[in-house]
Amino acid sequence: MGDSREAKRVRNRLMLGNTGLELPLDLDLSRRDVLKAGAYGSLAAFIAACGGTSTSSGTTGITATGGKLTLGSNGSDPNSKAGIQAIVDAFDQANGGTKTTINTVDHGTFQNQISQYLGGTPEDVFTWFSGHRMRFFADKGLVTPIDDVWSAVSSNYTAGFASSVKGNDGHVYAVPTDYYPWAVFYRKDVWAAKGYSVPTNWDDFKALCAKMKSDGLIPIAFADKDGWPAQGTFDILNLRMNGYDFHVNLLTGANGQKWTDPKVTAVFKKWSEITQYYSPAFAGLTWEQGADQLLRKQAGMYLLGLFVSDEFKASGSQADVDQLDFFPFPDLGTSFDAEKALDAPIDVYMVSKKSPTLSGDLGQAKAFMEFLAKGSTQVLYWQHAPGSIPTASDADTSQYPPLTKKAVQIVSAAQKITQYFDRDSRPDFAGPNGMQGFLLKFLSNPSADTTGLQSQMQSFWDSLPPE
Amino acid sequence: MANTTRTAPARALGSPEAGALVTTRRRRYTLLTRRDKVLLLLMVGIPLALDIVLIWLPTITSVLLSFTNWDGLSDLTSKNFVGLKNYQFMFTGYTLFWPAFSHNVIWLLWLTFIATPLGILFAVLLDREMRGSRIYQSIFFLPVVLALAVVGLIWELQYTPTDGFINNFLGIAHNSHLIDWLGNPRINLYAILVAASWRHIGYVMILYLAGLKSVDPSLKEAARVDGATEVQTFFNVVLPVMAPINVVVVVVTAIESLRAFDIAFIINQGKNGLELLSILITNNSVSEASLVGFGSAIAVVLLVISLVPIVAFLTRVMRTF
Amino acid sequence: MATAAATATVNRRDVQIKRPRVKPARVALHAFLITMVAIWLFPIAWAIFTSLRTFGDTALHGYISWPADGLTLINYQTFVTEAQLPLYYLNTLVVVVPGVIFTLLLASLVAFGCTQFSWKFNLTVLLIFTAGNLLPPQVIIIPLYYAYLHTPIPYFGEIDINAWNFSFAIFSDNTLLYDQYIGIILIHVVFQTGFATFVLSNYMKTITKEITESALVDGANVLRIWWSVILPLCRPALAAMATLLFTFIYNDFFWALVLMKSGAKRPITTALNNLQGEFFTNNNLIAAGALLACIPPILVYILLQKQFVAGLTLGSTKG
Repeated sequence: MGDSREAKRVRNRLMLGNTGLELPLDLDLSRRDVLKAGAYGSLAAFIAACGGTSTSSGTTGITATGGKLTLGSNGSDPNSKAGIQAIVDAFDQANGGTKTTINTVDHGTFQNQISQYLGGTPEDVFTWFSGHRMRFFADKGLVTPIDDVWSAVSSNYTAGFASSVKGNDGHVYAVPTDYYPWAVFYRKDVWAAKGYSVPTNWDDFKALCAKMKSDGLIPIAFADKDGWPAQGTFDILNLRMNGYDFHVNLLTGANGQKWTDPKVTAVFKKWSEITQYYSPAFAGLTWEQGADQLLRKQAGMYLLGLFVSDEFKASGSQADVDQLDFFPFPDLGTSFDAEKALDAPIDVYMVSKKSPTLSGDLGQAKAFMEFLAKGSTQVLYWQHAPGSIPTASDADTSQYPPLTKKAVQIVSAAQKITQYFDRDSRPDFAGPNGMQGFLLKFLSNPSADTTGLQSQMQSFWDSLPPE
Repeated sequence: MANTTRTAPARALGSPEAGALVTTRRRRYTLLTRRDKVLLLLMVGIPLALDIVLIWLPTITSVLLSFTNWDGLSDLTSKNFVGLKNYQFMFTGYTLFWPAFSHNVIWLLWLTFIATPLGILFAVLLDREMRGSRIYQSIFFLPVVLALAVVGLIWELQYTPTDGFINNFLGIAHNSHLIDWLGNPRINLYAILVAASWRHIGYVMILYLAGLKSVDPSLKEAARVDGATEVQTFFNVVLPVMAPINVVVVVVTAIESLRAFDIAFIINQGKNGLELLSILITNNSVSEASLVGFGSAIAVVLLVISLVPIVAFLTRVMRTF
Repeated sequence: MATAAATATVNRRDVQIKRPRVKPARVALHAFLITMVAIWLFPIAWAIFTSLRTFGDTALHGYISWPADGLTLINYQTFVTEAQLPLYYLNTLVVVVPGVIFTLLLASLVAFGCTQFSWKFNLTVLLIFTAGNLLPPQVIIIPLYYAYLHTPIPYFGEIDINAWNFSFAIFSDNTLLYDQYIGIILIHVVFQTGFATFVLSNYMKTITKEITESALVDGANVLRIWWSVILPLCRPALAAMATLLFTFIYNDFFWALVLMKSGAKRPITTALNNLQGEFFTNNNLIAAGALLACIPPILVYILLQKQFVAGLTLGSTKG
């Protein structure tokens, strides 16, 4: 968890300007500090001015250099973990030697325990998601507003990202760092070999599934052991059939929208038309195993987020990643197709409220948040986790492979963007105790009548305490 | 017998340091000084206080919280009081409650009628002079020392649809006849019950073996002389004598089935056929949902059900004390 | 008494065994048992086999195949280096050892107080303790969690082992009981004291009260008697309980899941939950991790099997 290789080299090798002094080996100085040291004329004076390496040293406005910072992260996958480490190392170096400690918790566990985490002893800064799920915790006073940070960085964001981090009270609570669209992914080489073409409407889509089945492929890879992947399919079907406004109202219970609405029944009915093409035993597979089916040419298509490329990178080779392509979910022939709506969840970082070290680290926390808003930082992360597209406007897009450019394009062409079911709805409704279980129940018998299940969903919603 | 009339001068009857009466079979004079009494009070009192504060107070608090709709994050005020609303919803509206309840019942029935009898069978088979009896016992008992979470992971290697041993062995891992051991809600509970039994059988076996060793061999001899078969001997002679052990085994089985949590949680967090009351409590309350009041109501149900084997066990303890 | 009868029966049966006749029933019994042993050991054997293969190998050739790359310890290596296995073992050690010691201390104190002296409430106290251990932990976890979040604990310093990023705070590094080793040790001790008290009191009931009384008469105070007289007499029971408690506390999954938030502080059994998330489809790694996690209890079991079994049965037979 130490310094980047760069900092180490600087530390051990550099001679101090013309003074002929060699840097002592255990001073935590970055290159910038070393250059500054020359101006002080002597190492001693410089160190005295620095005020040591473990205490906070000076603030410029709202940020602070040096000192300490704690970060709670759900980036437990090897790619995310490496990416976050890279960002943290870069930050520590750029921010005058701040010592950042990362607490990495398994992805699913982190989300599951977020309420206890934020209400208990969270780290200063933590990874989280945009959407209702963010505003839920902001409303409960568990997050620190960062309007001051935002005014420094807002010029680097489009209006769409800007609105994604505002709480219900108008204050800004987060800094968006990456996003990814949900689309239907496939392997170009498999499709070329079998002569498939991209379906643009529902009937073509079903016909393609049937053809794939007869060709011996699993038409649609599906893996719902974790409970949340199924929500992506519900989202896209509901958006295309009933529109963005209906979807948002349904997930937040706004305007009296109920789950017992016949429009919801229609979504389940439509869904049941393709469940026969899903991976066998999908309720026992994790999303990574579903991605492996696509990777190993066993499946023809996979509705998932761009992070599927992370699994291709981890379990396959660069050649496999290059074969990955996607198309937007086919039109369903309704008026809402024009919205081109899709799930494009945005990942954010937030500053907690109850961190025991926050009062001392607040400057460093805000410095970190500003650092995250830079395109260069986000690209650094992206290089480890290619499925996470930077949100900053000044991110260097010249390195983007065709897949990423296509992803950026599909999101900017969308008129309506949603954050994903479990981020657009209440966490106590969308989790394993609620909708995850209900959707699994639907999927265990898709052709059955869903009115009973829907009224159970509604009663569950009604039983929840007011937000 | 020890000299019963000897007393040290400082502890003579009626002296200022005399403490409480220590009643034994025949004597009735004081041996404990006031200092001893205080020490005893602390020696028993401190652990007792810890026990009450960390176990019994939370139990009562759970009961009280079950009448609220508190979310654990904001302040708890009188506005949160909702009476029996949580229970009403749980019993009539919550999709997952009755499945979880029935899964606990299935767990109990399976352990009682399949796993425990197998454990008893192993014990009876191994309770004889035979070569390798100790080795057999050690092997059957080995899963008991493993954590249930580890048991879950080891059996997951068997059950995973595409990568697990069973489907690959049957040759169906990559075709449409795939058996979804962990994802099919009709069979996954039984799949993990096999894993749980793998552990439970060894546990029951050891308990029963210890009990069998204390059965007077002359009873069995007498039955054999009378012409009874081994089976008859077991059911008519051994089993009745083992009554105390039987009670322990039944209670242990009941408590294990109510405590079931680890395996189901580590496999898929207790969803889709693996719901259990303990998991519902956790997923509703100490989770992102943070429905503390509602979770507490489920906890109270689990508490009430658990009181049955607990009281049975305590009654037995009282009798033997 | 029992041994004499047993020896008598053994002698009688010895005569029978020396007859060179192999009963078919006995052969059938062994056949059955050997089959069961094979079934019993298979899941563990399969886990070992899977853990000794590389991910690439099994991905390419499937899991039921002869290892093309040969058997390798690379998965275990990955654990020691990348997954910081020594840290997790240390976390576990730091929780289990004090847990066992303090549980035995408290339980023997209570058992001593309740069995060697007669007073009005000693049965009630015993019942309270025993029942406390039988409750499912989920019944009390909610209030316990909030209690931990609000209990102030002082900080006097810490013990650090920087090589492994290990830091044991004395007693809390965030002023609370939450997310601290102390907190986990505490709940283990209190929870296990119930069972330990029950077993030890069963055992201590067999110690006649005369011993305590003559020690009292000799002028010793009760604490001294407990430590110097009673505890040595209970050595077999204490040893048995120690092995049992080690296993129970080591194998616990739930308390550290809820009462700790730092991924790096969790004991190894709870950390397995993180494992699944971190190494997703790599069954080989997961197998290696699970096996590494269960080595200490298996070692304890192999070395101290007698004590282990004695501990379990002490609680169930009539003393």
